[in-house]
Amino acid sequence: MINLEIPQKLGQVQQMAQQLASTVFRPISRKYDAIEHGDTPQELKPVAQMMAAMPRGEGKKGAGDDGAIRNGSNMTGILAVEAMCWGDVGLMLSIPGSGLGNAAIMAVGSPEQKAQYGKLYCAMAITEPGAGSDSAAVSTTAQLDGDEWVLNGEKIYCTAGQRCDAIVVWATLDKSLGKAAIKSFIVPRDTPGLTLVRVEDKMGLRISDTAALAFNDCRIPRDHLLGSEEVGDTEEARKKAFGGVMQTFDNTRPQVAAMALGVARAALEITRELHEKEGVKADFSKLPYNSSARELALYRMEADLEAARLMTLKAAWMADNGQPNSKEASMCKAKAGRMGNDVTLQCVALCGELGYSEQTLLEKLARDSKIIDIFEGTQQIQQLIVARHLLGLSSRELK
Amino acid sequence: MSTDALFDLSLTEEQRITREGSRRFARQVMAPRAREADEQAGADDEIVAGIAALGLPLMPIPEALGGVGLPRSPLSAALVIEDLAEGDMSHALAALQPMGAVHALMDFGNDDQQERWLPSLASDSFQAAAVALAEPGMAFEPSQLQCRAERHGDAYRLSGSKALVPMAASCHWFVVVAMDDDGPAAFVVPADVDGLSITPQAYMGLRGAGLCTLNLEQVKVPLGDRLAHFDLERLMALSRIGLSALAVGTCQAVLDYSIPYVKERKAFGEPIAWRQSVAFMVANMGIEIEGMRLMMLRAASRAEQGLPFTREAYLAHLQCMEKAMEIGTNGIQLFGGAGFVRDYPLEMWYRNLRSIAVLHGSLMV
Repeated sequence: MINLEIPQKLGQVQQMAQQLASTVFRPISRKYDAIEHGDTPQELKPVAQMMAAMPRGEGKKGAGDDGAIRNGSNMTGILAVEAMCWGDVGLMLSIPGSGLGNAAIMAVGSPEQKAQYGKLYCAMAITEPGAGSDSAAVSTTAQLDGDEWVLNGEKIYCTAGQRCDAIVVWATLDKSLGKAAIKSFIVPRDTPGLTLVRVEDKMGLRISDTAALAFNDCRIPRDHLLGSEEVGDTEEARKKAFGGVMQTFDNTRPQVAAMALGVARAALEITRELHEKEGVKADFSKLPYNSSARELALYRMEADLEAARLMTLKAAWMADNGQPNSKEASMCKAKAGRMGNDVTLQCVALCGELGYSEQTLLEKLARDSKIIDIFEGTQQIQQLIVARHLLGLSSRELK
Repeated sequence: MSTDALFDLSLTEEQRITREGSRRFARQVMAPRAREADEQAGADDEIVAGIAALGLPLMPIPEALGGVGLPRSPLSAALVIEDLAEGDMSHALAALQPMGAVHALMDFGNDDQQERWLPSLASDSFQAAAVALAEPGMAFEPSQLQCRAERHGDAYRLSGSKALVPMAASCHWFVVVAMDDDGPAAFVVPADVDGLSITPQAYMGLRGAGLCTLNLEQVKVPLGDRLAHFDLERLMALSRIGLSALAVGTCQAVLDYSIPYVKERKAFGEPIAWRQSVAFMVANMGIEIEGMRLMMLRAASRAEQGLPFTREAYLAHLQCMEKAMEIGTNGIQLFGGAGFVRDYPLEMWYRNLRSIAVLHGSLMV
């Protein structure tokens, strides 16, 4: 039966995350915007312990055996991420223990890998100086030498690459074989041959460490490859292999969309409060076009946020119920990414000098929001994926 | 507000079956004949009869009054509107208008009023009635109605004008919303009453919907025909859901029609769909329709569950009126000159979609 409300059980998770965001994150939000390149903030350590103690999402796919509808770990994740990012997206990304690498290990790792690395803090390294959105162009190499993989290459823009325990690194077994030869490897942070080149200075998310890493004859055990070593001897098999790697994104894109939801809600709330103090109240009492420009702007932002929020919940709901959601995951990431950017920037403009100043969080939210429309697949990559799905075109036809 | 119910987007078995039937009718009967009705500026009788045969106005009417006696279901109504709008927005609006009028009587009328007015609509053939809220002019605002109702002894006298009333020339009666001393009120006005004149109007779109203006000059309405439980906010909100559903269905038609065309049409030696500038327009249509549909469904399902839904309906309608027009415009753009000529339906959809920002009070779910 169609129902787009959050069930009570999940509402509790949401409230806990919101509590954390307002009592832990918000009070230190400005402080850590000014401290770049520090260690993990002290205040986040108890948060990490608390989260480690919480029951992990089973990671189980599909509806229950009875075919009943589930609201599972994907949807819970959306609600928690949204609420925490209302507090501070940079701080949320700095909580030790839950990196993108963890999502990849949980999605495609073996039981042993999950046991060994599941509870550590795992980052993900895909982007290279010469390969960003085009993840098939990865040129970091992995060569088998006896019982070890030897990694060589350079990775950039690796979130938590400095503070993590291990990194899931994308590398190619043989560049001439294209996508199919790209595999991911778990590289413990202290492996010899892995060096931290630099930590980036950024416009937003400043407390979150974004690292450039170099791999020089970096050796890891053979069983640290995620998934299968096979490259596949037919084109179909190769396509499938890379598709499997990309599947991680179907689960992570809605989570990233949820970041934009939290940031936008924060900006909109502050903006609405400031407007109410000036007597501007968007209370749905007049038709949109009979409202003032400020009221109409508030309505439009709220509508866009609502659209993005429902789309994100839908994508997560599909994942929880074992429905293929690649199109919907990209749809919600595209909508939420651009909405987050539009809303936070408009909020700054609507609040004038006050919005632009550091007296409120609006300018920070606007700085933080931009990256959400870039990482985990840019706006344009999401549109490309959605277009291929709708039009039924391959990546060769629609480049 | 949260309940124990899970977040769920699955249709019930009944909704799925109804949907199959209404979609088939939309595709096979409505879509091929929409253009002719648009050109002739009048509804196609067979389409109207076909929609009437679905029996939607009958559903909530009590059995004693000739109906089926099912509980009111804003969600099911919204789904049907969306499906039929995929076939043609004009006919969906025209032929479903009696359903909106029944809903108004069910929600706002007392037992006597329902007994008096509903049997005339309890039929498998098309029996028309309409809610008349919008008024002529530029800056209509429902909270500041110009149409007045003045009490004279044992009756009211209604004076003013109402606009954008679908199929008004065929209606048995109207629910006319007017200001009385206590604020906005609603009155059932029979079509043949003295002092009421009905004038067809030509509009940019919805030319098959029989849109008319009503002029009321001292129209006498007995006290008993003032709807007992009228709630303007509820009328507006339920209508916003209906209008949003019209927008979603029509936009889906634009998208579904555009996809094969851009894959077939070639330029520079390959299908234009292979170019990102074209493909991204298609992607954005799909993305926005998804958001519009979910907002419409959320408002409808809250109404169905008895939760407050004014805010959700307002936001859904705002999103739909603006994004729908973007989609209508881009539909033409994708077809280029072919979108502008009347051989293709794109220009008709563009003209029809603009109405979502202008209609008010129609198609209460």
